[in-house]
Amino acid sequence: MTEPFLVVEDLTVKFPTEDGLVNAVTELSYSVEQGRTLGIVGESGSGKSVSSMAVLGLHDARTARITGSIKVGGQEVVGLGESKLRKLRGREVAMIFQDALAALHPFYKVGSQLAEAYLVHHPSASKRDARRKAIEMLDRVGIPQPDRRVDDFPHQFSGGMRQRAMIAMGLINDPKLLIADEPTTALDVTVQAQILDLLQDLQREFDSAVIIITHDLGVIAEMADDILVMYGGRGVEHGPAKEVLTRPLMPYTWGLLSSVPDVAGDTAAKLVPIPGNPPSLLDPPSGCAFHPRCAHVGKVQGNLCSTTLPRLEPGPSGPGHLTRCHLSDPAAVFETEVLPVIAPDLLEES
Amino acid sequence: MFAYIVKRLLAGLVVLTLVSLSIFLLFWYGPSEPARAMCDSKTSNRCSPEKLEVFTEELGYNNPWASEFGNYVGGIVTGRDITVAGQTTRCEAPCLGLSYSTGKPVWEDMQSRIPATVSIAVGGASLYLLLGVPIGVAASKRRGTVADKTLVSSFLVISSIPYYLFALLVFLYFAVLYELPFVGQPGYTPLTENPAEWFGGLALAWICLGVFGCTAYTRYSRGAMVEALSEDYVRTAKAKGLPQRAVVYKHALRAALVPVVTIFGIDFGTLLAGTIFTEKIFDINGIGLWALNAVGQKDLPIVQATALFAAIALIVSNLVVDLLYSVLDPRVRLS
Amino acid sequence: MTDVNHPPQHPENPAVAEGAELSTADREQKLSFAELADSGHAAAQLRTDVEPVLTVEDLKMWFPVRSSGLVRRTIGHVQAVDGISFQVPRGGSLGLVGESGCGKSTTGRLITRLYTPTAGSMRFGEKQVDLATMSNRELKPIRRDVQMIFQDPYTSLNPRHTVGAIIGAPLEVHKVVPKNKVLPRVQELLEIVGLNPEHYNRYPNEFSGGQRQRIGIARALTLNPKLLVADEPVSALDVSIQAQVINLLQELQAEFDIAFLFIAHDLAVVRHFCPEVAVMYLGKIVEIADRDSIYGHAHHPYTQALLSAVPDIKSAGHGRRERIRLEGDVPSPINPPSGCRFRTRCPLAQEICAKVEPPLLQIGPRHKVACHFAGEIGRHPATPVTAGLLGVDKQGSPDPGTTPQPVGTNPGYDKEWFDLDSQQMVSA
Repeated sequence: MTEPFLVVEDLTVKFPTEDGLVNAVTELSYSVEQGRTLGIVGESGSGKSVSSMAVLGLHDARTARITGSIKVGGQEVVGLGESKLRKLRGREVAMIFQDALAALHPFYKVGSQLAEAYLVHHPSASKRDARRKAIEMLDRVGIPQPDRRVDDFPHQFSGGMRQRAMIAMGLINDPKLLIADEPTTALDVTVQAQILDLLQDLQREFDSAVIIITHDLGVIAEMADDILVMYGGRGVEHGPAKEVLTRPLMPYTWGLLSSVPDVAGDTAAKLVPIPGNPPSLLDPPSGCAFHPRCAHVGKVQGNLCSTTLPRLEPGPSGPGHLTRCHLSDPAAVFETEVLPVIAPDLLEES
Repeated sequence: MFAYIVKRLLAGLVVLTLVSLSIFLLFWYGPSEPARAMCDSKTSNRCSPEKLEVFTEELGYNNPWASEFGNYVGGIVTGRDITVAGQTTRCEAPCLGLSYSTGKPVWEDMQSRIPATVSIAVGGASLYLLLGVPIGVAASKRRGTVADKTLVSSFLVISSIPYYLFALLVFLYFAVLYELPFVGQPGYTPLTENPAEWFGGLALAWICLGVFGCTAYTRYSRGAMVEALSEDYVRTAKAKGLPQRAVVYKHALRAALVPVVTIFGIDFGTLLAGTIFTEKIFDINGIGLWALNAVGQKDLPIVQATALFAAIALIVSNLVVDLLYSVLDPRVRLS
Repeated sequence: MTDVNHPPQHPENPAVAEGAELSTADREQKLSFAELADSGHAAAQLRTDVEPVLTVEDLKMWFPVRSSGLVRRTIGHVQAVDGISFQVPRGGSLGLVGESGCGKSTTGRLITRLYTPTAGSMRFGEKQVDLATMSNRELKPIRRDVQMIFQDPYTSLNPRHTVGAIIGAPLEVHKVVPKNKVLPRVQELLEIVGLNPEHYNRYPNEFSGGQRQRIGIARALTLNPKLLVADEPVSALDVSIQAQVINLLQELQAEFDIAFLFIAHDLAVVRHFCPEVAVMYLGKIVEIADRDSIYGHAHHPYTQALLSAVPDIKSAGHGRRERIRLEGDVPSPINPPSGCRFRTRCPLAQEICAKVEPPLLQIGPRHKVACHFAGEIGRHPATPVTAGLLGVDKQGSPDPGTTPQPVGTNPGYDKEWFDLDSQQMVSA
């Protein structure tokens, strides 16, 4: 078996601030193979974006303390010098961001921003080549009349077209890993569908590895092969998408599933919120970070949940599905307690 | 674009009319005797009430103000003949009247003073940007470091000194105590006459204005840069693999310049309108000094002329800023 | 100001220990999952026996577009809302969905009279007063009854006022309680929305996003409104917090019999909260019906496309489903397409669609749709169902052989409707 293109091991990112040390990401490990899509789910402050920015070395070395290992195509990124990082950014690993209106420079033409991304990694190419490449990429992502739109400014594009241009810019150097940070959050649902279709077509075409970061479980369900659920800066559940979404093992994942109504689900299903608020990263809870909000702490012997951090290890459903929880038989709890409340229709099916 | 400029210029004309009208009326209905200045100068300070009445009549202060204002505006457009003390002077367009204290057409004096003020303004304002923006950018890149904090606080100290004191100190140290090599005797020599003297005579005034003014520009550009550096598009630029200087200068600075340019335009207009302290201390016969003296002598035509000049400077620099704005930021549509 | 290299120290929760305090409370009286589940709510049910609290008829909002140049003439109108009619039942909820620019938020602002409508009526309450034509003076007492919840909990609260001042302000403006009763009422409201009543003297920045939205809700509740216009009330919130707020709104609705106009782009949330839903496209209502008809038996191609675009959690592992793809973007509301506004992107569009605007035709006991070819997915008729009713032929040209009938004028539902299968008027 070949080494996955991206291997993250024990990644920890801390930011010293006036209020104290922010533990943004703690001992995070995951990997993504060529041609596969990893979905990272979590709420704001869960560390999902911070960890992905570390893959490109985008954190300021003066303000971020990064330990652990990030190997991109075999090369260690943590501690890598700025000039070597630059060769990686946009070339091996590209990133597209949530709000394309803010992420594209308002003062430069779309085409010149694309061409710039191409030229920086193809210094021998002429400006004309870069422009041709930009038009070709705009065409590839489905922008009509790309030879004309290449000279438009970002504000002259619609929201969906801007995100397409963003994707075109990300893929212009044929990167092996594409990180999409909430790529459709700012878009309308029909436009979101167009963009998700596009991302999948392009992934197939370029055979790149993709990380898609989102809080939207529906998007994850449709896009991801594997899912990593993050909470309070740590991975809390990791496994094949279908496993994680239909037989989740971690109460936080249950909470996420029970917090969102399903557009086609049973109307008798209840919306069961997760009480309280996400944990403080300055002063994370002891033991399992989720225990203050977890409704299943009572099922664990003694006060294990509040004293001991559970390890992220394979659960009952096999070696590929990891969970970080002290419950002895989470699958049974999910099926007998949670599922009947949040999706009674699914219970009947299974 | 053209329609916009026309519209703005028309609006500017309205402002100019209102400015000159209000100054005109201030003299007309104000508590002073506007003809006294002329009377004093023509009679070598032996102005009797009878003489004063003669001058009052001659200068038109006994006529309705509206018709006199009409004459004044007409003179600006076509020029006019003005008769004072039996002496008729042809005042060519743009006729801004005759100085009450010298009896010469105001425009003649003004022509010799405008280059001096423009020279000060251009030099001083250039230093605002040449010093302020690079220092501000450098500070923003080192945000939060000791160097940044030292700079910010020392500039705060400079800008809290009253300007006239600051200018006097500059004069004292650089002109009197240490004679800088390129600094000549302060004063204005036309550029066309002797470029070296022009430069030497103005250098101190520029340094003074520039150093004092650049503290504000350091603050503006530091703040604008800090904001620009935190924008998403700067993160995008970094993620593309661009070198640091392209990220900072091409992406962040371009955006940060927009607010700086806005303030700069207004400041430049203000400088053009006259730098009274600077002209006074460095002995430069510019518009500011002229206006100051004219106010003291109640010389209405000069006060009028300098006020109009100031208004024009501000109106034009504001218009230029707005046009520049639309060039810098393609999202801005002028209408 | 935040730095790119310097992420917000704590995005959701400021450093204040509000969250920690709640969790301390939780630790003391920890709920089991069963208890927690009891506090959750299933989808809201439709009540058909109540009279409407709000009847909107032919409501229009046209914003003038002015030319640039020396003289600024009005050269067109943004037809943000163009003749919509609906009812909101007392104590019930109507969902208003659609994509950005469809006019749903404008509708909310019209009803709260942040805008004055160009035309139409909005009859409110038992006295059926018309909100559309009232002056600000006349509106003042009505404003107590119609309140609004905003999307962004970060910008909709004045950061310089304490929570107590924010929630109490409506009480003082409307002078409903004596000064010394304001604080007890504020504390009561804080308790109702699940916040600590002792926190009335804190400032908005000391609360998390979800808590701020609760404050916004408390402010809206202050004067016991009969109608709440909720404009994307949960879309700025984290997933786990969204459910808390939706549950809270459901509880408040049941307890205080408040009607909701629930404006959102999230079709799943609307489905959960609203027994009735109206779908808007480019200033028009294209389909309005009870939940089951919209989500299970949508007849308008736009509704169908919208629903098929929603990513489904159950699709995990199956990849992306086949969906109805809509090409292109929404046309400009300044110069909308003739006839049916959706026709430029509609897979079914024919000649008639450009010529004649489809009326909002009632096709079931609680189901209206504005489409010449209304039908469930895969069962759209080949000929326009509306031709006979409108007095036109299949191509949309006037047909002298038939007489047009008045269609789609009632803002509510009629006892009789047009049955698509039999092409006749039927009744229950």
